[in-house]
Amino acid sequence: MTALLEVISLNKAFGSVVAANDVTVTVADGERIGIIGANGAGKTSFVNMVTGYLKPSSGTIAFLGRDITKLPPRAVIAAGISRSFQVPQIFTSVTVADNLLIALGVAEGGAFPLWRKLRRPARLAAVAALLERFGIGAYRDQPAGLLPQGVRKLLDIAMATVRAPRLLLLDEPTSGISAEEKFAIMDVVMGAVDGARRAVMFVEHDLDIIARYATRVLAFAEGTIIAQGAPEAVIGDAQVKRYILGESPPLSRAAAAPP
Amino acid sequence: MTVPVDGTIRALALGAALLAAASFWLPDWVIFLATLIIAKALVVLGLLILWRAGLMSFGQALFYGVGAYAVGLAQLAFGLRDAFLLVLIGIVLAAAVAFVLGFLLARYRDIFFAMLSLAFSMILYGTLVKSATLGSTDGFAILQPRFLGLAPAGPAAKHDLFLLTLCLAAASAYLTHRYLGSPLGALTTAIRDNEIRVEYLGYSVERAIHVSYVIAAALAGAGGALVALAVGHIDPDATYWTSSGEFVFVTILSGAGSVLAPFIGSALFELLRAYAADYAPYSWQMILGFCLLLLILFLPQGVWSLVARLAPHRSRRTAAP
Repeated sequence: MTALLEVISLNKAFGSVVAANDVTVTVADGERIGIIGANGAGKTSFVNMVTGYLKPSSGTIAFLGRDITKLPPRAVIAAGISRSFQVPQIFTSVTVADNLLIALGVAEGGAFPLWRKLRRPARLAAVAALLERFGIGAYRDQPAGLLPQGVRKLLDIAMATVRAPRLLLLDEPTSGISAEEKFAIMDVVMGAVDGARRAVMFVEHDLDIIARYATRVLAFAEGTIIAQGAPEAVIGDAQVKRYILGESPPLSRAAAAPP
Repeated sequence: MTVPVDGTIRALALGAALLAAASFWLPDWVIFLATLIIAKALVVLGLLILWRAGLMSFGQALFYGVGAYAVGLAQLAFGLRDAFLLVLIGIVLAAAVAFVLGFLLARYRDIFFAMLSLAFSMILYGTLVKSATLGSTDGFAILQPRFLGLAPAGPAAKHDLFLLTLCLAAASAYLTHRYLGSPLGALTTAIRDNEIRVEYLGYSVERAIHVSYVIAAALAGAGGALVALAVGHIDPDATYWTSSGEFVFVTILSGAGSVLAPFIGSALFELLRAYAADYAPYSWQMILGFCLLLLILFLPQGVWSLVARLAPHRSRRTAAP
């Protein structure tokens, strides 16, 4: 098993709030890792540190054997890690097709010469293929700012995949999406990023989604990974039940209640 | 998706050809005014690029002034007389200054970008006013340029300069259009919309802004050099903040929808100023002020939005032409 991502002893604190406490994770090719945890458990901070947006106070992040701990996001992206966002980060004033076109234009690299055409036939064909793969072709010419939430999410994820990343991080891909649509969207996303030499990590609150799509689960609480392993095992774990699922036994709940 | 037929380039070529042909019959004062309008539109063309990225420079007169003084200094110090060479020197010097300042300015946005660019332009103004060798507040005269070895005089010289200005403007508008339609140029609107996404696509927002800033400065330098040659005189007023303000005014008047907009906006502005000054010699600025107010209230996308409405099939796309 080749290690794609190796995170060793990551620490980060915002004042007294601990975002990461000795986080160590190894991700191998082809894995589908679900990340669970209550709000403020350090899930997004983890994603932010791996993608270079946040600098850890200590610890190292290695990707394909190369230290990427101190790289800025754009260098991390160039190394082969992409991410989507909980709140979709898209170009709201241009159309869905132009969002993808701009993303592809940047991904293909090289800004010079300055008069190189963005709207090249090959690139337009690639946009059409992406629209098809993510099932958002009907919205092609709509301004991205006017899209329904589910389509925004898909567009955001589609833009994250244009560089064909080896590791794709999805921050709550199904948040803000109705329960009926969640599985459809995850089917689209997982289908679109399927490929042997590619790993996906996704932050998710819905355990049904975790059970269906994850091959491994990381459970975060107060910046620490309190459990990891196969989905059934982690969801059944006593600590996970207590810290994340809120199924605390009656006794401890009474003890924790204020007088 | 089909690649749309580019109406902008066709309109640009047609407009430039018509103007060039008409110039052989137009009276001298119209030729002179048209030279000024087109030269100043080049400065606005540069501001349009920055405006697309959500940035407004309140100090573009810095590069306009550098272009103009570069012409004067190249004549004074090296005795250069060729118009092509002088304008080229203006462009290169303005771009070089912007390249250096860009490392700082590309980090700032909004009002901070605007005020910092204003500060740099006022530093140049202060320096010019204090500099006796550069004529202080009086400035100095620019000699009649030569054109590839020819030395026309009188109206012929004005006409040659107009043709040079027209050709340069057409080439600049074409190249700017191509730039805005390139992967990097399309990032201008993308940056205005969402810098985080641009970074996460793997491109440096600062570098993209830096490139646009240098291009805008080169265009302003060309404008300044051409105006200096046309007027035959330069003084520090060219770099004063009211000069920058005028370019901002014309940018808002024009709108950022097309590279053709600055030329229409610049012509309208000169007409407006001429009529306002004629109608109310002592309070014409007030008329300009009211016009700006009406514009912001009723035409926030500039006069280009009117043109775009007339030809909706051509200019609906504002992101990446």
